[in-house]
Amino acid sequence: MNRRHWLSTCVATAAWAEIAAALQHAHAAVESVTPPHFDVLDPEAAAEIEAIAAQIIPSTDGPGAREAGVIFFIDRALSTFDADEREAYRTGMAKIQERRKELFPNSTSIASLANEQQIALVQAIEDSGFFDLLRTHTVMGFLGDPSYGGNRSGIGWKQIGFEDRMAFQPPFGFYDAELDASNK
Amino acid sequence: MSGVKFLNSESVDFLVIGAGAAGGVLAKELSVAGFSVVVLEQGPYHREHDFTHDEIRYTFQPGLTNNPGLQPITYRKSETERARTIKAIEYGRQVGGGTVHFTANYWRFHESDFQERSLYGAIPATGFDDWPISYADLEPYYTKAEYDLGISGLAGANPFEGPRSKPYPLPPMPVKSSGVLFERATKKLGLHPFPAPVAILSRPYRGRAGCVHCGFCESFGCEIGAKSSTLVSVIPIAEKTGRCEIRPNSYVRKIETDQRGLVSGAVYFDGARRENFQRAKAVMLCANGVESARLLLLSASNRFPLGLANSSGVVGKYLMWDSGSEVSGVFEHPLNEYKSIQVTRLIHDYYRSDPKRGFYGGGAIDARFDYYPAGFALHGMPKDLPKWGSEYKAALKTYYTRTMVLLSHTTSLPVERNTITLDPEVKDAWGLPAVRVTFDPHPDDTATLRWMVPKQVEILQAAGAKKVWVQPFDVPDLMPSRHLMGTCRMGNDPKSSVVNRHSRTHDIPNLFIVDGSNFVTSARQQPTATIQALAYRAADYAGRAAKRGELS
Repeated sequence: MNRRHWLSTCVATAAWAEIAAALQHAHAAVESVTPPHFDVLDPEAAAEIEAIAAQIIPSTDGPGAREAGVIFFIDRALSTFDADEREAYRTGMAKIQERRKELFPNSTSIASLANEQQIALVQAIEDSGFFDLLRTHTVMGFLGDPSYGGNRSGIGWKQIGFEDRMAFQPPFGFYDAELDASNK
Repeated sequence: MSGVKFLNSESVDFLVIGAGAAGGVLAKELSVAGFSVVVLEQGPYHREHDFTHDEIRYTFQPGLTNNPGLQPITYRKSETERARTIKAIEYGRQVGGGTVHFTANYWRFHESDFQERSLYGAIPATGFDDWPISYADLEPYYTKAEYDLGISGLAGANPFEGPRSKPYPLPPMPVKSSGVLFERATKKLGLHPFPAPVAILSRPYRGRAGCVHCGFCESFGCEIGAKSSTLVSVIPIAEKTGRCEIRPNSYVRKIETDQRGLVSGAVYFDGARRENFQRAKAVMLCANGVESARLLLLSASNRFPLGLANSSGVVGKYLMWDSGSEVSGVFEHPLNEYKSIQVTRLIHDYYRSDPKRGFYGGGAIDARFDYYPAGFALHGMPKDLPKWGSEYKAALKTYYTRTMVLLSHTTSLPVERNTITLDPEVKDAWGLPAVRVTFDPHPDDTATLRWMVPKQVEILQAAGAKKVWVQPFDVPDLMPSRHLMGTCRMGNDPKSSVVNRHSRTHDIPNLFIVDGSNFVTSARQQPTATIQALAYRAADYAGRAAKRGELS
């Protein structure tokens, strides 16, 4: 039963060809010696989106969305299986920029806001549908398979204590280990 | 594994539609018994090396399940509403069907499940009824399934289970921390926890590897073949006989009949969307509790204007839903539930209905963790915690390794107005009418869920959880339904049921339907073991009928 994943599936119902393309794209990016480039986002828009992603999963107490390369995952998603969401990003970000100008009239960009200002801005938009989408993508980019361009070297997984291994041996956790010990 | 190929023009002994839980079993049983068999499967033929641990591919995308982009589904609560497109139901769509990606819980139904109407009386405005078969009728076939497929469990550990003729072929899986905490708490409460019977190999079995505890069972295909799907257990045996061809990417649009009113084969689209007609002496329809009913309705003709096997008018009716409530708890120390299989302990103490509660229903509760990292971070956390920022990030670190879930598996009453019909407007990518689901749970089903939640909370508290939280459990929260039951119900009376006690249609002697659609009542979910027992039983009967010359 993972019907709650359905909520996320609403975001993305891509055909297989698109997923394959995403994987191939991501593999090419990982293997490339030149720095990854954006397919859909321009660098300024990417910096603005990344500033919000970095508030969703900040770099406090260890790597966050920025270090995991979440923005590269988002670019992959928008160029492949979530291409339908490009317009949502355009309009969603435009609204956030309007909000920024209302809150901080002298500012020029989200990325250049002070940390507390960025937090205030996200608080102002956290109930919007676009924020849900951006949060979903940020989490997917932080904790999804690294082959999509985010979760670089599995640093998102390390943050939450998930080990990506093909095999484990019991005991698996504290309480089954404790039971083992008491049975010996 | 490529073996025999049959021509479309060759009339094979059996045409099986759907290579899932039931179809895989029938393919093996009938081909081993000496019959020629073609299996048409709408999905692809994956192998173990095709599967990965990629959460985005298998849980955020329809990796192993029906893709609503190609096959839209519409849903409405009642006939008076206009249906909207939403993935209301989900099923495995590949060779092996749902047994490829299921959690692999594998319980037998109880003796009482087959005779609940006699036990509790009629329930107004429902089709609540006894099954035309008993647990004793199915017992030999449950046993056969457990041995053929490879089921791990501990015989006698569930005090509520009916008598069994043999123990499980494999010992139970190692207990996880969730199982230890659950067992401790339920014993403290005077309940009877037992090791989960699962279709996962605790040891190597019949040439297949034992489980290596990677943790990716639910929603994923097993990369080492330790999950006892029909893909890795019985289908290879069918193919080895040289009498069975599995034909993937073959999407059936109509079952044809001849001038005698017998089925003569099926029209299907191949991978290139070309139409073919496969001839057959008999058809075993195993397309699942939704698609089987849809195909019968799609197969309407002048002779059968309501659809095939539908003289009763009940094809597509009495749809029963995947019902259950989810309650989570976080503990002091790491459980690391992401390792190994999802479920290792459960209880059946609240399984039986009790008239004293004032409503019909009951359920099982299992201790599990079926969240993968991104899914947990998005949907598994308590709703009263921040959903972004440094506190969110810190909470993820604490919660991901320390959380376990109690899931209840509860009754869904058969109600006539809950149906599968053909959508009059929406079409799939092949131009066929989409599945239209009409479903509204019976008030007793909702009452059962509400009654179960405090039991789940009580167990987590007794286990020492630091915090407990409840996930929403109303339809549409309970979407998509993955247990598809009741739409071609079994019965002795041809006026009120579609198939007889052997899964043979009342109307057409050489057409059988074998899948969750046969179910008269929902028991307490986890239908796979019973679907497969029905398939072994139907194979036995159909094979004997064919040898007597009754099918052609």
